[in-house]
Amino acid sequence: MAELRGDRAAMTGLVLLVLLMVAAVVGPLFIGFREDEIDWQNMAAPPFEADGHWLGTDRLGRDLLLRTLLGLRVSLAIALAATLVSLIIGVAWGALAGYLRGRADALMMRFVDVLYALPQVFFVIILTVVFGRGPLVLLIAIGAFGWLTMARIVRGQALALREREFVEAAVVGGSGTLRIVARHIVPNLLGPVIVYATLTVPQVILVESFLSFLGIGIQEPLASLGNLIADGAAEMETAPWMLAVPAGCLVLLVFSFNFLGDGLRDALDPRDR
Amino acid sequence: MNLLELRGVSVKFRQSGTKARDLAAVDGVDFTIAEHEMLGLVGESGCGKTTLGRAILHLVPLAAGEVHWRGQRVDQLGQRAFRPLRRELQYVFQDPNACLDPRMTLLESVAEPLRALDRDAAPADRARRAQARLDEVGIGASLAARYPHQLSGGQLQRAVIARALIVDPQFVVCDEPVSALDVSVQGQIVGLLERIRDDRGLASLFISHNLAVVARLCERVMVMFRGRIVETAGRRALIGSPLHPYTRELLDAVPGIDAGARGRVLRRAAHAQPAKDDASQAVGCPFAVRCPQVLSRCRVERPRLQAAVGGSRLVACHRAGEWPGGLPPFTSV
Amino acid sequence: MALLEIRALTVEFAGTPAICAVNDVDLSMEPRESVAIVGESGSGKSQLLNACVGLLAANGRALGSVRFEGRELLADGNAATVRGRGIGFVFQDASGSLTPHRRIGSQIAEVAMAAQGVAGAAARAESRRMLDCVHLPDAGRRLSQYPHELSGGMRQRVALALALVARPLLLFADEPTTALDVTVQAEILALVAELCRDFGMALLLVTHDLGVVAALADRIAVMQSGRIVEQAAAAEFFAGPRHPYSAGLLAAVPTLAGLS
Repeated sequence: MAELRGDRAAMTGLVLLVLLMVAAVVGPLFIGFREDEIDWQNMAAPPFEADGHWLGTDRLGRDLLLRTLLGLRVSLAIALAATLVSLIIGVAWGALAGYLRGRADALMMRFVDVLYALPQVFFVIILTVVFGRGPLVLLIAIGAFGWLTMARIVRGQALALREREFVEAAVVGGSGTLRIVARHIVPNLLGPVIVYATLTVPQVILVESFLSFLGIGIQEPLASLGNLIADGAAEMETAPWMLAVPAGCLVLLVFSFNFLGDGLRDALDPRDR
Repeated sequence: MNLLELRGVSVKFRQSGTKARDLAAVDGVDFTIAEHEMLGLVGESGCGKTTLGRAILHLVPLAAGEVHWRGQRVDQLGQRAFRPLRRELQYVFQDPNACLDPRMTLLESVAEPLRALDRDAAPADRARRAQARLDEVGIGASLAARYPHQLSGGQLQRAVIARALIVDPQFVVCDEPVSALDVSVQGQIVGLLERIRDDRGLASLFISHNLAVVARLCERVMVMFRGRIVETAGRRALIGSPLHPYTRELLDAVPGIDAGARGRVLRRAAHAQPAKDDASQAVGCPFAVRCPQVLSRCRVERPRLQAAVGGSRLVACHRAGEWPGGLPPFTSV
Repeated sequence: MALLEIRALTVEFAGTPAICAVNDVDLSMEPRESVAIVGESGSGKSQLLNACVGLLAANGRALGSVRFEGRELLADGNAATVRGRGIGFVFQDASGSLTPHRRIGSQIAEVAMAAQGVAGAAARAESRRMLDCVHLPDAGRRLSQYPHELSGGMRQRVALALALVARPLLLFADEPTTALDVTVQAEILALVAELCRDFGMALLLVTHDLGVVAALADRIAVMQSGRIVEQAAAAEFFAGPRHPYSAGLLAAVPTLAGLS
């Protein structure tokens, strides 16, 4: 952890992330406007000009800062939830496959390979057609694919770990497969898993943004960074702030996760032990 | 009744790419261990002694042969069926830094076999028993709460021994338990093992490449070469009058800690032994490649391990009867 | 003039906590002399060798003076010129000397080219000669093999050959036989003794194994926690060491005495 503190990029990322999260959670409470409040006087107003609207308003006169923070909330929530689901399924799947080796491992990883080959966007579109659009469907669609890479990474780590002598010692001590995987394999691969999870979150955010941008993710009037960017892109020439604010927020979010993740990976590098 | 009996045990490994991964097969090993007996097993790295220990503990499958525990055949049991027996047969590993989970405190590691093998014990009871074992080997409560990377090799090895003993086994395979430790610490651990042997009457197979350490702890010693037992004798007989040329070679190679050692080394030839061939000798005696008294018979006919000098000594050498008083030191080639 | 003269050598490593591995050590060596430094793990003996040839880790600092043939090694740049030329180095694990993905012959030839300025066929011939010097069986075939195809003992012979190509005046050996079986160890010890005698080299040996010390050393220095606690000629030392730590080390060695 000392190395992490010394890593300026990582600490910047961490601080920024904390600020963004705090802003997303409590920020909207401090802004005088309501989410769906239409300010007839100040439609498509630029930042700093209209009274009270610090970052301007959108086409319908809704406060942009507020909508951006709410969008941040939604994007973050989906990203964290989807990553958590990926983490749980991926770690369990990969650790078990890596420990069991042989045919069980081969079967489990071929399943992963098959799913991996499916085009994610296509799959999401089908889901939305069948189940309708909305945050839950989006979460399932993203979660269904997010665990695949995690499972592969975890399996590789588990394969190496099972050859370690303390795993053999656990066998000698009478522990069964599940106990060994849960108490010895998983705790010892949490390092790389945490790093990878931190780097997965921005990817999920981008996927969600992309899908929302396409119109198959989060729908109006609910805001997400993706659909805000979509609206902004349409007004790019007349009201560039409508694009700049949510896009800037997305960039900050992705950067901060990536810096933090890189810093964690360097800090946890076993060579430095 | 013998506690442990091995008959014709063989273990084979498929060779993988690099040489470092080649593990010697175990090839037709027989021996018995009686209750309370500590049997020594000496041999060099790659001779199969570690593999043999693992095979007894059901960690690697046998290619041939039988393992009998208390008269009951156990090598054919599945892993699940063998599990209850792990209360009676235990293992002390060589490298204490590798065989302890780096994310568990010593106390947790020592208590762990109880979780698996003694389901009725309550958590508090397990912790108490684990600490009792650790106290027995000289690790107090404050050390027990630490993680492996915070402690020395000697302290960790004591914990490893405590972990092996916590289920009150009747038999323990000790695989090079002191080889990874400094010389002064080795002495302490060997003393600890002596004490445990005397207090508990534990039977054990003590594996080491260091003949001096083995001889201190074990009344009876087996010498292993390329997967085969080549000589078995009481320790005094083995050291005083070795019958197998490989035993003689081992004894000659033990460096003396005296002022005359330098002179002896300078007189000794520095020529290398012929390379250990990858293809193990399928026919004949495996030691024929470097035996100073090899006969043509040795290259074609494999000597069997049989009684010699009319006693409990066993030797696998065609010429065993020629030096009843033991082989004299080999002069430099 | 002494071949190697170490005065007030101190080695420190920055960090939390800071570590002083070697603490004010004095040691000198004459040409063709064999000196052994004995100590347990953590005594600082390996760091002493590393400091002399500039192989300390990035956070390590060496203070004091190390003079080889009169030249100060701790001054910038000098250690690098002397490494491999004036001073040869053999590590515990031959993989410290041998590159795994290159053939043995080419590795020795490369050093020969750098040290002696020979090339091509002459370098190859020198490689062959060195392998013969270390009694590697079937030397011709070995030239085109990779390190992993050889056993531990043979690799250590090759490591010695590599160290000798530049005809150093002083050989550093850090636990050269610890990773080897006892029979192979005996051969390698005999080989080191023979090479030192034939090539006229001094030997500075670092080990925790008193058996190795007895086999090779004229003079013995015992190290504990970074300091040298006793220095004596080998014969005196084994007859009866004076410092209690040395006596303890000697007493702790398991021997076959009393059993035959």
